[in-house]
This record gives sequence, structure tokens and C-alpha cells, in this order.
Amino acid sequence: MSALTVREKLAILSDAAKYDASCASSGSAKKDSLTSGGIGSTEGMGICHSYAPDGRCISLLKILLTNFCIYDCSYCINRSSSNVRRARFSIDEVVKLTMDFYRRNYIEGLFLSSGVIRSPDETMGEMVEVARRLRLEEKFSGYIHLKTIPESSAELVEKAGLYADRLSINVELPTDEGVKRLAPEKKPETIRLSMAKLRQKMEEKAEPTLRTKKRERFAPGGQSTQMIVGADKTSDDGILHTSARLYGSYHLRRVYYSAFSPIPDSSSSLPLQKPPLMREHRLYQADWLMRFYGFSQPEILAGSSDGMLDLTIDPKLAWALRNRGRFPVDINRADREALLRVPGLGTKVVAKILETRRHRRMRLEDVGRICQSIAKLRPFIIAEGWSPGALTDKLGLRGKIVQSCEQLALF
Amino acid sequence: MRPAELNLARYSVRLDSETDFAGWRDAARRMALNEVRPEDISWHVVSNSDQGQTDLPAIPAGAQLVVPRDFIARAETAFCHSDPGRFAFLYRMLWRLRTEPELLSIASDPDARRLEAMEKAVRRDSHKMHAFVRFRKIGDGDEERYVAWFEPDHFIVERNADFFVRRFTGMRWTILTPYASADWDGDRLAIGPGAAKADAPAQDDTEALWRTYFENIFNPARLKVKAMQKEMPKKYWRNLPEASLIPDLIAGADKAAKDMITKMPTTPALHHAKVQAKHWPKREPTQTPEDDDARSISGLREAAKGCRRCPLWRDATQTVFGEGPDNAKVIFVGEQPGDQEDLAGKPFVGPAGKVFDSILDDAGVDRQKVYVTNAVKHFKFEPRGKRRIHSKPNAGEVQACRWWIDREFALIKPELAVALGATAALSLLGKAIPVTKMRGQVIEREDGLRVFITIHPSFILRIHEPAEKEAERERFLHDMKQVKRLMA
Repeated sequence: MSALTVREKLAILSDAAKYDASCASSGSAKKDSLTSGGIGSTEGMGICHSYAPDGRCISLLKILLTNFCIYDCSYCINRSSSNVRRARFSIDEVVKLTMDFYRRNYIEGLFLSSGVIRSPDETMGEMVEVARRLRLEEKFSGYIHLKTIPESSAELVEKAGLYADRLSINVELPTDEGVKRLAPEKKPETIRLSMAKLRQKMEEKAEPTLRTKKRERFAPGGQSTQMIVGADKTSDDGILHTSARLYGSYHLRRVYYSAFSPIPDSSSSLPLQKPPLMREHRLYQADWLMRFYGFSQPEILAGSSDGMLDLTIDPKLAWALRNRGRFPVDINRADREALLRVPGLGTKVVAKILETRRHRRMRLEDVGRICQSIAKLRPFIIAEGWSPGALTDKLGLRGKIVQSCEQLALF
Repeated sequence: MRPAELNLARYSVRLDSETDFAGWRDAARRMALNEVRPEDISWHVVSNSDQGQTDLPAIPAGAQLVVPRDFIARAETAFCHSDPGRFAFLYRMLWRLRTEPELLSIASDPDARRLEAMEKAVRRDSHKMHAFVRFRKIGDGDEERYVAWFEPDHFIVERNADFFVRRFTGMRWTILTPYASADWDGDRLAIGPGAAKADAPAQDDTEALWRTYFENIFNPARLKVKAMQKEMPKKYWRNLPEASLIPDLIAGADKAAKDMITKMPTTPALHHAKVQAKHWPKREPTQTPEDDDARSISGLREAAKGCRRCPLWRDATQTVFGEGPDNAKVIFVGEQPGDQEDLAGKPFVGPAGKVFDSILDDAGVDRQKVYVTNAVKHFKFEPRGKRRIHSKPNAGEVQACRWWIDREFALIKPELAVALGATAALSLLGKAIPVTKMRGQVIEREDGLRVFITIHPSFILRIHEPAEKEAERERFLHDMKQVKRLMA
């Protein structure tokens, strides 16, 4: 077999990486290349440089160092029993590709993951070396995300944190039982411990050192994780429970939900169907309710019959319909927490309402001017000259809102 | 000369360029301080107009124009908008702000909304420029340069140039647009005149690799064309090397996805058996901890790692087992591990543990010589945002965990047990007792073990009033001194 060209390797190893949902390049410490004279910057907000036809942002060169893997996780295209073509980048090749792409402004940086070859430490060591070369030899100040291998040594993880903006460890599936069944060689206990150690390390390094009073740099973009949705039978309530636990326990910046996608040469233990994209979308919305809207995890689905998010309406509207006793909310008097619970009011609109009403009382039309659509809102608020009357409690309310939202979408 | 009847405005202001904010600001100040009404001014850009400039009125002595602090910054952003009416609109905003200083805070006001919409459009266009500029390399070695062609909707080259300097400091680059260009020679930034697309290089060898990446990172089973176009509108496509692939990728997606689904699971790859044999040799059937009646504390600790006697393991990170010499004379029993203990896997290392340590130290008890454990070995909590709120273990959980406590006691055979708080007392005595009432007392169990009752050190942490906190610390210190006497 003749050696693969870089282009052939890139095709294989980006294809192998496309099932990973995370793509963010935001939330790291600000840095630029003015002082180093090198290349690259991160300014807090990430930039999507392109979009694939699957609607996902392309901000990083997301590739695997290699797709050879000793693990046999049935949901993964790179599992050892898969007949997929294998390839392996050299460290040089990854460094050069990253720099060549970055200089042309195709990307914000590198997201490097890898199949595990021989031993976790050997693979992790190579990933860290890529990051080290980029930072020290190429004077690269762009974004680097490394996928940490849970079994790798503490020294390697510490080095990774020195060069990377973000580290992540995949929990793989929402429950330990799921991991044991579909990824028999992976150990959920080790994955938890690795996340705990990362959190401890981040907190330890965030303390200013006594001598220099400066904080040491350690993965300023925090840690994240991803779980696959729809490959096992866990309900949305169970998935959100796991997320809430992960956010609380390990202070993750993000939990990514990746709808299980059928993969070529798929294992027979998994559902062969299109990925549940709407379910994935609803999970992200529910995740936002926990992170930005003050919802606790159990209340999001409290009162639902099957612990599943409604696919036709968003989780906040679904929650409001189940909790009508808390509505209508008075736009001119309610506090921030109560306004954030109103379907159709986002965090930005709520901030604007709070600012505006300091100067004048707001009418329904005023609210309508600063938010997308009033249809969803109307039954849930009181404004100057507007009261929903019995509308809030009407039995057919759900159907009405769904219908008017759909109609609006036509225009 | 234009016909006089079309030139109704009393004042005509000429700006040096589309982005001459300083010129606008100066003129606007003069006008506003002389009470010139918006409808009495016409605004022009030199290059677009042969209109002469009227002499602008001087600022009356001592007059000052007060506007909200953020108006200037916001107006400067909106000024980059391509709307030719922006000069007059921004002056109208300024005019209104004199008598309505809160105007910018009223999100429902049409002018405030228009300002915001203009800013948003400029910011979005800037962001798209950061994203969609594509450099092409020309020359090699010392001659190496990177040149891009970009077509912005608004006048944003000047405001964006610094971003590219910060990002591509070590590179020589030029960005050409129809109305202006920015050039960085590694040292100095120069803003120059506009250019034509033909002035930029037509290709770059690396584009083939980039297109390979774009093709392969796309998952055909997840086609979402609308989501893509919302963020990457077609107007940008003609200057993006990867965009020409999109139509074919979309057209082929359905078939590619179906192929993925219908492809039958095949037999395992050839090397799979070898990998399995080498890395995952068949494990010995592991004994359950119950069968393995450990003969040492370390054996017990190992067995407890996989404990599933109650559901608390599901949310916790790990089992936090007892710690200390296996011949200790005294065992301290706390309630359950907390946030820090759960991460570290060791008992009493968090805030309450620190209080405990320092009081033990004051009492002259060497922590190295005592055994410290918890009634319940897994952390029980409610997640609230990024915090974990401790929640009290219930009687069932305490009961389940007695399996481990009993074995710890059986192996260590201490002379004394110290129950720190009600949960520990419940675990050690098998029934609920009023801790504050019985504090300082020693209860002898049926098996002869003496149990000293006191509070949990976290109780001290929860007191806010300093004098009361100090008093409680003293009481606990007194208890620990008593424990020391009992140990002797």
C-alpha cells in the first residue's frame, strides 16, 4: 500500500472527527500576537469562518491525530472493529496544516482529538507535542482545544492545560450503564475522576501564586464534554439530570449533545435511523434554561408524563403551559426572574424591558417592537392597556400558539 | 449649480469621506449649539457631491453640549452604516437627546430602535468580515504576502483593520475592498483607496486542502440548509473558495445519508481480534465486594470503590472512604463527604475539614494518629448552576452505608468513636438522638463501644455572627480536649 498523501489523510481524519458536536472557540482568555510578533489571537468571542450544509459552524480545524483505536465503542466510526480506512497524521503535518489554514483566515485554531493507539499516554503525549510546537515554535496565539484522554498521566494533562485554551473529556453517554454496554472498555469512574482532577487543577491554578501574584495559565477556556443522544434509551429528563450534575460537579463550560448519527459500517447494536436532530435542538434549549434562565433541572420537565421534551414547542413554552398559575406576568412590575420565565422573552429582551420601564410604562405594542413575535407572548403577560383575561387558562391555548407561530413563519 | 429650489436647507455640510466621523461630530456640535433644526441641514460627502459647504456657525462662547456618555461610541459605530441618510439621522438623535436624555434607554422608541438596528448591522458586517476574509498567498520567502478580496456591506475596513493587525502581526497582508484597502507590512498599517476583484490573486494552492476539509467535515445525515444560509448568506459565497462545493453536497446528501443507513453491518475488521487480544484480555470474573470480606482497611477501601448499596453513587464522583492508621484508638465519624471531598476522594479536606483540623491541633490531638471517616461514603447534593448544594442523607442511605462502617470498626477495633453530628450518631447508635442536648456525653453501645457525642464542625462554619462563632469554636475545642482525655 502506498503512503497516503496529506490530502487523503485530511479527508479520512476530518471525516472521522465530524461526529463530535463541539465547535466553540469562545470563552478563552484574550491574547494576540502584537507582542510575540507571531500569528493568532483570541478575543473572547469565537468566529465561525464557514458553515457546512449541516448548519454547523466551522471555526476550528477539527481533526483526529489518528483514527486507529484500541477501543471498540459501538457508536463510534473509529472503533477497532470498524472497516473504515485508517490514517495517521505526523505531528509536523498537523502543525503545518493548522498554520497554513490559519494564515489564510480559514479557521480560529485547532481542535485535536485522537483515537487511542498503543497506550493513552503515548497518544496524549503526541497531542500535547502538537500544541507545544504550535505555541512555542510557531508563536501561535490562536485557539487550541485538546480532547483529553481520561487514562493519561497527570503530568501530560498538566502540560496540555498549559498550551490549550480548552480541554474536554467525553462522558460518551448519559448513563454509566450506557457506557458499560456500548463502550465496554471505557470506565465511567475514570472519566468522572479525570473531570474532577481537571476542575481541581483549574481552581488551583486560578489562585494567584504567592510569589508572583500572577495567575498561572491553565486551560483558560475551561472544560467541556459531549454526550451522544439517542443511542441508548435514556429520557430527556435523565440526560438533563446528567448535565446538571456535570455542570455542578465539574464546572463545565458546555455540555454538547450529539444526536446519534448512523455511521457507515455501523455496529448492529444501534438504531439505524436518521439522527433525532429536533430532540438534540430541544435539549440545547433546555440546557440554556438551566444556564441562563434560572431553571433548576427537575422543574424543566416536572409534570410531563414521559420525561421527554415536547418536539413541537420549545421547552420554556411547554413549561409555561404546564404552570399557568404563574401567569400572567406584569411587564411593568415583575422582577427579572419572573420575566425570564415568560415564553418568547430572551435575556436581552428582558434587559431592555427593565431599562425601558424605568422611563415609561410599556404597552403590548412596545413589547412587540423589541421582541421577535408577540403571538407566543400575549397570553402570558399584562402590559399597559393589555390583560389576557381568561386567555391564559384557555384549554386550546397550546394549539393556538403553535398555529400562530407557524403562520408567522410563513412571512 | 443646482437649482435653488432643491436646496432648501439653510446649511450644507460637506464631510471629507464616508467615514469622516470627526467632521460630522464637529459640524453637529456647531449646529446643535446654535439651535439649528435637523430639517435645516443637508449633509454631503465630498466625493459624491459638487455641493459647496456653507460656513458653519461658530460655537457660542461658553456653550456646552451634553449628551449621554455612550452616545458618541454608538453613533461612531452606526456611522459606518451604508445608509446615506445616516448623517441626518444621527443629527436628529443628537437633537432629541438634548431634551430627552433617556432616549437611548427606551428600546421601544422608533429612533432608538433604528440606531440599534444600524449598529447591529455594522457589527454583524464586521463580524462577517473577520470570518469570511480569505487570504491568498503570493510570493515566497521574503516576498511572501497574503492578499484578500472582500466586499463589505458597510464602511467597516478602517474599524476592522486593527483586528487583523492583532491577529496576523507576523504576516504581511493586504485586504482589498471596493471602497478602501488596508495594508500591513509587519510594522505599519496603511489605509488606502478601493480596488477591484481582479487586483487580488485568483487562487491559492492550499485551497484544495481547505475544500477537502469542508467536504469531509460535513455530515450528510444532518442536512440543515436553512441554518447554514442564515449564518452564511449567499452574497458571501462568491468570494469563499469552499462555497462552490455546497450545491453538490446538498444534492448528494440524501443519497449519502441513505447509503450510510442501508449499509449492512459488516464483519469486524481484520485487526480487531488482534487488538482485543492484546489490549483487552478477557478479565477474570470479578468478585462482588460482598463476597470479598476484606481483611484489611486497604482491601475494604478497594472494595468500596464499586459500592452500589444505595443510589448515591450515580451522581457522586467517587467513594470517599475513611482515612487513618488501621490501629487507631479513636474513630471520628462525620456525616458524608462534601464538594471538595468528592473531588479529592479524601474525607475532611474541605472548609469543614480545615476547621476540624485546626481545632484538633489546638486540642493536641494528632490527626495522623486518628481514623476519620463518614457515616455515608458518597456525596449527596442538589446541583444548582455551577454549585452543588449539600443535601442530608436519609435514614435508608445511612443504613445502607453501615455495612462499611461496621467493617471499618471491626478491623480497627477502636476504644472510642466520636459521632460528629446527628447523622453520625444515627449511624453509630442505630437511632436518632438529640445531639445538642446530649453533646459531651459518652454512650456505651451494647457491644461495649463508647460513643462520644458532639456536633459536626460544619455547624461552626454556618454561624455568621463572629462572637457566637468564636464561642461555638471554643465549645468544640472543649469537646475535643475531652476526647483527648478519653483516649489516654
